[in-house]
Amino acid sequence: MPKPKLAIYWAASCGGCDIAILDIETKILDVAAFFDVIFWPCAMDFKYDDVRAMPDKSITLTLFNGSIRSSENYEIAQLLRAKSVVLCAFGSCAAEGGIPGLANFHSKEAICEYVYKQSPSLEPGNGTMPQPEVRAPEGLVRIPVLWNTVRSLDQVVDVDYVIPGCPPQSDQIAAVVAAVIDILSNGKPLPPKGTVLGATEKTCCDECKRTRNVKKIKGFIRPFEHLTDPNVCLLEQGIVCMGPATRAGCGAKCVSAGVPCRGCYGAPTNVRDQGAKMASALASVIDSTDPEEIERILDSIPDPLGTFYRFSLAESTLRRTQV
Amino acid sequence: MAKVNIKIDGHPIEVEKGSFILEAAKALGISIPTLCYYPHMTPYAACRICAVEIRDGKGWSKIVTACNYPVWDGMEVLTTTPRVLNARRVNLEMLMSQCAPVPVLQELAREFGIDKPRWGTGEDTCILCGLCVRICDEVVGAHALAFSDRGIHRRVATPFDDTSSDCILCGACASVCPTGHITMEDIDQRTVIHRDLTLGPNAAISLPFRQAVPNVPRIDPQRCIHFTTGGCGICSQVCPKECIHYDDVDTFEEIEAGAVIVATGFDNFDPTPLKQYGYGRYANVITAEEFERMNNAAGPTGGHVVLENGQEPRSIAIIHCVGSRDENHHSYCSRVCCMYALKFAHLVKEKTNAEVYQLYIDLRSFGKGYEEFYQRILDEGVNVIRGRGAEVIPSGNRRKDEGPLLVQCEDTLIGRFREIPVDMVILCTALEARRDAKETGRKFNISVGADGWFIEAHPKLAPVSTSTDGIFLAGTCQGAKDIPDTVAQGGAAAAQAMKLLCLGEVLLDAAYAEIDETYCSGCRLCNDLCAYSALEFDEAKKVSRINPALCKACGTCVAACPAGAITGRHFTDDQIYAQIEGMLT
Amino acid sequence: MSFEPKIIGFLCNWCSYTGADLAGTARMKYPANLMSIRVMCSGRVDPGFVLDAFRRGADGVLVCGCHPGDCHYVDGNHKCMRRMPLTRRIMKGMGIDPARLRLEWVSASEGARFREIVSEFTEQLRRMGPLELKEIEFDPALEGAHHA
Ligand SMILES: Cc1cc2nc3c(=O)[nH]c(=O)nc-3n(C[C@H](O)[C@H](O)[C@H](O)COP(=O)(O)OP(=O)(O)OC[C@H]3O[C@@H](n4cnc5c(N)ncnc54)[C@H](O)[C@@H]3O)c2cc1C
Ligand code: SF4
Ligand code: SF4
Ligand code: SF4
Ligand code: FES
Ligand code: FES
Repeated sequence: MPKPKLAIYWAASCGGCDIAILDIETKILDVAAFFDVIFWPCAMDFKYDDVRAMPDKSITLTLFNGSIRSSENYEIAQLLRAKSVVLCAFGSCAAEGGIPGLANFHSKEAICEYVYKQSPSLEPGNGTMPQPEVRAPEGLVRIPVLWNTVRSLDQVVDVDYVIPGCPPQSDQIAAVVAAVIDILSNGKPLPPKGTVLGATEKTCCDECKRTRNVKKIKGFIRPFEHLTDPNVCLLEQGIVCMGPATRAGCGAKCVSAGVPCRGCYGAPTNVRDQGAKMASALASVIDSTDPEEIERILDSIPDPLGTFYRFSLAESTLRRTQV
Repeated sequence: MAKVNIKIDGHPIEVEKGSFILEAAKALGISIPTLCYYPHMTPYAACRICAVEIRDGKGWSKIVTACNYPVWDGMEVLTTTPRVLNARRVNLEMLMSQCAPVPVLQELAREFGIDKPRWGTGEDTCILCGLCVRICDEVVGAHALAFSDRGIHRRVATPFDDTSSDCILCGACASVCPTGHITMEDIDQRTVIHRDLTLGPNAAISLPFRQAVPNVPRIDPQRCIHFTTGGCGICSQVCPKECIHYDDVDTFEEIEAGAVIVATGFDNFDPTPLKQYGYGRYANVITAEEFERMNNAAGPTGGHVVLENGQEPRSIAIIHCVGSRDENHHSYCSRVCCMYALKFAHLVKEKTNAEVYQLYIDLRSFGKGYEEFYQRILDEGVNVIRGRGAEVIPSGNRRKDEGPLLVQCEDTLIGRFREIPVDMVILCTALEARRDAKETGRKFNISVGADGWFIEAHPKLAPVSTSTDGIFLAGTCQGAKDIPDTVAQGGAAAAQAMKLLCLGEVLLDAAYAEIDETYCSGCRLCNDLCAYSALEFDEAKKVSRINPALCKACGTCVAACPAGAITGRHFTDDQIYAQIEGMLT
Repeated sequence: MSFEPKIIGFLCNWCSYTGADLAGTARMKYPANLMSIRVMCSGRVDPGFVLDAFRRGADGVLVCGCHPGDCHYVDGNHKCMRRMPLTRRIMKGMGIDPARLRLEWVSASEGARFREIVSEFTEQLRRMGPLELKEIEFDPALEGAHHA
């Protein structure tokens, strides 16, 4: 019997997800033994045309990381969707836009203007802007078009499963891989479409070891502004921790290290907009009934939008800033 | 304890061996005069006025002091023999040679027919009975008093005649002194009548007030000698039912109830901040509550309307709406003041010859028979002036003899500024929510309005219910009202409570919030949000829970739960998002 | 035809919804631009509702509750009073004029005030013009285009 085929792809991403896959250590050998890895641009040399040549639905599982930021990302997303039985959004960027999604706070033009014209690291006088089509002596050169909006994978193609995290934790990846191998080799049914894999139904607080009490917040601080108590909930100490509004599964690693949860595991099942929900929860426990004091306390939230929507902006209700 | 048999004036009685003759006589109802005896102290036999004759039945007899002579078997006591009477007379005459003016001695002298004591009459008032010294020593335990000097110089004094720092100001010495030699003196020279116009007596052990429920005395440990020095304990000795337990402590009793009626009432507005009326500055500016106290026949003035110096006032001004209908304090009308002010006027007219001036903004005599009462007051000659009392100032020299206080106001009916000289001013202070209303409200999950009164479930349709099932309101805790309205509301609340009790079960609204433990991470963000304490944290399972019987379905926690673990039944996220979608497509 | 803004109103059951009712039973006329959603308390209003309304085409959102101190549920409106300013910050960050979200306290007896608020808000939104959100739904044909 031929081995099931596995594809791993990176779209607009940092490469961390690929490293996380390699981080499952010796279990990667099980993957290699069980699957036929037919596409993994980060690790092996494949051509898009190889994929194009495959029959539809010939790839058993595709782990797709990275958000959709360019015409190329979109094209390959469509291609892999057509060729795969199971397409899995792997990591925050594919799942909800991730860090690249923060670009949605600005227009594409403003970003290019800065990157290609104003950045202090530019060669002085060189104001070249990338052009989608350039006529070179060798002929017409085409590069992918940068999109106006960063999209999550499921906004552009149909997605079967989601493995959240920036990056997904290696132990969770290993567990998912083991489960997939078990399902495929024993003919078990697949989980329902849309299931979030490698995570739980609760939120980060569930895994957090800090003691929690009722919350009443008089002002917010950044972690470095205060020596925090390592055993007490960070929120209670005035540090905006996204833990309560973030799906659990990471093992609360950041909070154990004294860093507030950034929210990379995304919104929990019943929450539509992670940022709005966190804003609602946080505002509810502010300890004031005086409008002016409330404004002052809200002013002390460091970078509220960047904090509430650090990973989920592209997937949020409003998705981007109107420019 | 061994018993012995004695006879007093021929009456046999069995008494404890070693007890004193006086006690046996008391038990038989035979009176023996005493001056230095007090039941709860060791007898001292200083006055010797209790002389009796004892006989052994074999011819031997002797004069002894009944208060401290122990009985023995077969003793015969005679209390009225000429020998006894003579002994008492001699002792009395000797006492009078020192202290003739003392009323108790005068009275005894009349009894004994002494016109002119043989050894002259002294002017002192201390008969050296030692009651004060002994009570301070033995009962109070403060040891602030002692005898000093000897012989004819013997007297009662504090050490070195200085103000004693051991004295706890209990006044026990003054209260036992049979002659009035010891008095309590206010060294600040204050007069106390108006200052005492507070509710409730001031004794260490007392009933809070006459109509108190339960009607049992309680001890104020701050005032009680026993709690101060460890001494005294007289009340426990005299209580025949042995009800007094000093080691009792406050206990919390849990009462299971199917319904609660909250009838916590009101507080009186403190008029001190309204500086223009001079309350606290002028002794004869008093509040309505203080005036009520003065009117009470059992109160400190015996029901007489008097000025602070004890004299009857010639004129009284009653200022309405103090703290009510006042933007700076309470904008509401306190509802009862107009009518009780008229009642006051009527009482003053009945008890004194004083002129009465009512200063009102609007006269609200809205109830049954109230307008008629108002007409009656007018007929009684009460001066009724439409105009808010502006200021109360001292009259100075101008119109002092008419009244030391000048009440200024604008009489809006005649359109003139008026100054009315009076002796006394009564301030009709606002009824306001009790200062602990918020706390009580929280305990019973009753909402408190902006003006502090508890909020009923519906102003017309559910006037005694609250937003919490089984909790009802009655009386002024819900808003200012008079006694008839309070009683009516109390009846309604009782009926509502009975309805619940008869049903025996409570129907819950279908709308309430639920936590799905699958999603709750125990972040505890919701825990402090519920005004009804419906949210509790399960420490063992590390999840929060909602008690559906307490939840009122406001949905505050639903909107706040960052994990989306809480569903507001009948107002779910899905339903609301669907409405938004439906309206906008 | 002049622009008619769409307004979604979240009204608390006890004061504001009753106030709106009163306006109705008293035959007071207010612009039909407002579409009301009844919630038990202004404390039920999730910022997510507000953002969702904008996304689905509302030009303004009106949140009404009992006056502070009068909330039927004691202090649900205090939570609302804290959430709405933060929601406005999110709106601002998303490029939506925060003035399109209004929080007002309307008691059950303030029918006339309710009418005033709705009329005034409608007029204000008319002046502000429609809220047009771009690039929310995915359209591959537009993604590469240049912004104006
Ligand atoms: C000066 C004055 C004169 C008045 N004259 C008249 C008059 O002539 N005619 C008339 O109809 N009305 C009169 N009123 C009004 C009348 O006093 C009130 O209508 C009436 O007292 C209201 O009764 P209530 O039971 O609601 O409150 P209250 O009389 O205040 O009783 C409340 C009771 O609850 C107790 N309580 C409070 N909190 C707690 C708690 N947490 N636990 C247990 N117990 C608690 C309080 O100690 C108090 O005993 C007068 C009021 C004033 C101020
Ligand atoms: S808010 Fe953050 S620190 Fe607090 S319990 Fe949750 S994850 Fe831990
Ligand atoms: S806010 Fe939600 S997740 Fe947090 S404790 Fe309450 S119910 Fe649980
Ligand atoms: S819905 Fe309101 S009343 Fe019910 S538990 Fe939540 S906060 Fe409390
Ligand atoms: S996709 Fe993995 S780091 Fe972003
Ligand atoms: S019930 Fe109206 S705001 Fe809470």
